[in-house]
Amino acid sequence: MTSRALAVFRGSTLLRSLTIVVLAAVILIIVSDSLDSYRNLQLAYGGYYFCVLAGLTVLAGSSGQISLGQGAFMAVGAYAFSKLNAAPVAWSVFPSLVGAVVATVLVGIPVGAAASRLRGPYLAGATLAFAVGLPALADKFPAFLGGENGLSVNPPTPPSWLGANFPLERWEAWIACAGALLVVFVLYNLTHSAIGRSWRAVRDDEIAAALSGLRVGRRQTLAFVVSAGCAGLGGGLLAAVLQLTSPGAFPLQLSLTLLAGVVIGGLGSLVGAVWGAALLVFLPNWTNDLANSFSLSGNVSHNLPIAIYGVVLIGAMLVWPSGIQGGVRAIGRAVRPAISGRGGRTTPEPATTEAESTKDEGVKASRP
Amino acid sequence: MTKFIDLTLSGISSGAIYAAVALALVLIWRSTRVVNFAQGAMLMFTTFIASAVINSGGSYVLGFVVALCSGFVLGAIVERVIVRPVENAPPLNPVILTLGLYTLIVAIAGMIWGNTPRSFPAAFSLHGYTVGGTTLLFTPNDTFIVLVVIAVAAALAFLFRATSIGLRMRGAAFAPEVARLLGVRVGRMLTLGWALAAMVGSLAGVLVAPSVFLGPNSFDPILIIGFVAAVLGGLDSPPGAVVGGLVLGLALSYVSGYEGASLVPLAALVILVVVLMFRPTGLFSATKERRV
Repeated sequence: MTSRALAVFRGSTLLRSLTIVVLAAVILIIVSDSLDSYRNLQLAYGGYYFCVLAGLTVLAGSSGQISLGQGAFMAVGAYAFSKLNAAPVAWSVFPSLVGAVVATVLVGIPVGAAASRLRGPYLAGATLAFAVGLPALADKFPAFLGGENGLSVNPPTPPSWLGANFPLERWEAWIACAGALLVVFVLYNLTHSAIGRSWRAVRDDEIAAALSGLRVGRRQTLAFVVSAGCAGLGGGLLAAVLQLTSPGAFPLQLSLTLLAGVVIGGLGSLVGAVWGAALLVFLPNWTNDLANSFSLSGNVSHNLPIAIYGVVLIGAMLVWPSGIQGGVRAIGRAVRPAISGRGGRTTPEPATTEAESTKDEGVKASRP
Repeated sequence: MTKFIDLTLSGISSGAIYAAVALALVLIWRSTRVVNFAQGAMLMFTTFIASAVINSGGSYVLGFVVALCSGFVLGAIVERVIVRPVENAPPLNPVILTLGLYTLIVAIAGMIWGNTPRSFPAAFSLHGYTVGGTTLLFTPNDTFIVLVVIAVAAALAFLFRATSIGLRMRGAAFAPEVARLLGVRVGRMLTLGWALAAMVGSLAGVLVAPSVFLGPNSFDPILIIGFVAAVLGGLDSPPGAVVGGLVLGLALSYVSGYEGASLVPLAALVILVVVLMFRPTGLFSATKERRV
């Protein structure tokens, strides 16, 4: 009976993803209950970073494309959220977030269609230009987009059924984590479906994929749009949490930081995106503490996190292309036969769908 | 009409600078098949070095020479130490690597010199020539920029076409195995290619710095535009890079003059996408099939 239930559980991606999401939600609620307001705010930062990183890691790891424009997509989401949340429209938080995703997807479709025709450095350069160029639009339409000062957003109000004294930061953390869990649910199911398989087929060999009847361009556009939607959700959440949207919040540096986040987590891995989000949240704090304890100057402490992102990107490419999650997996592979050794499973990689989908991730993923 | 002439003239001058950046990118792409996204940061760094020399009492010429020499050395070090291991890796790896290098150099410059942009002296006067009572937007310094870039492009053309070392560099880039069999030190030639390219890039940095101010992030648009110029020219052809730089300089000058300077990077993006839609390998390159 239990083994049958286990088999059904293994066979159904939907069931597995729902279990993961529900478990994670319970854990996050319990954790955020015990955190003070500052830690809750950090949890909220982690939530929106995760949305963007998860989208980017699936794009780079599964479909083999790179986007340095995720910061610009975040800007689209943040501005859409701010406009929908503010006075003339005045939607509440969740409809505004949906609007942010829709707006980003609408921007992502033409960009993704263009990107699907570009390869390697051309794609990188074009998305880089997108990241540099788009936030400048806020200057072009100062009346509508608030110019250099940006738009301010009203803080989200916790619903009354949570009690009168429910802290704002905890509510923000819940909103951001809800977004992150939605992203997990969608991406987990996508990557474990026929669509995810087709992305990997396109990544590994475009010509073989085309010969097997896949519309390569459309598959790549879809992957790009999905990742743009995730970035838009992340941007909307950022606007809700920070209560401000300005062009200065989306510099080129942000897009490169996001790239560092997915590379250190391990390209293609959703768990790796958690590592990356944690890095992006905690690294500035750590380096600040470090700079304070060594009484370094402001110039040094401000730039230390950026320098570390740079070292991470270079180091990962030279020494450790599979990132943290790749290391965790390598340890897992080394440990697993030792544990289940007597059980008779001698193959190094168990032939479950899970292993199938994970073994081909990592940077070797990025073959032309 | 005066505005159109002004914009055309300033377009030529900025186009010359874009051409220099594009040349730097093209030289590196030709020799190692890497797009050096760190170029903008490298030329920023060498311009900061020049600025430090000038501020501590050195003359403009000394700063200029120091910038070029440090660019040469920086390019050689970067190729030898950081880029060499990924030269035959999947194409995404060098992209991520050079972006990491960009990030690192920007951070180091911020640590040393701070993030507030500072001014940088120009070689010659920044007051426009006066023709028939009207002052043009073209200054003696612009003349200097155009002449220097032309001289460098000519010198590079001479180096690659008429000297033995240029021939060896071309051999190392296009047929490394054969070149190695014929006794060319291929690795050394690639390092030299990077060093020369970084030197041309640092030249562009010193030339453009008076008009954009000098800060760790102030050359990001220049890099983007230089990349677009290089792609316009086919990423593979130095003359194409020069033409691409000039065309782009003119186009962006009109955009900036008639629509506003903030739209310039976006306009560059639109031009890039439109060109790549119709000629995925650039305007000037020979059509090539993708290798299976």
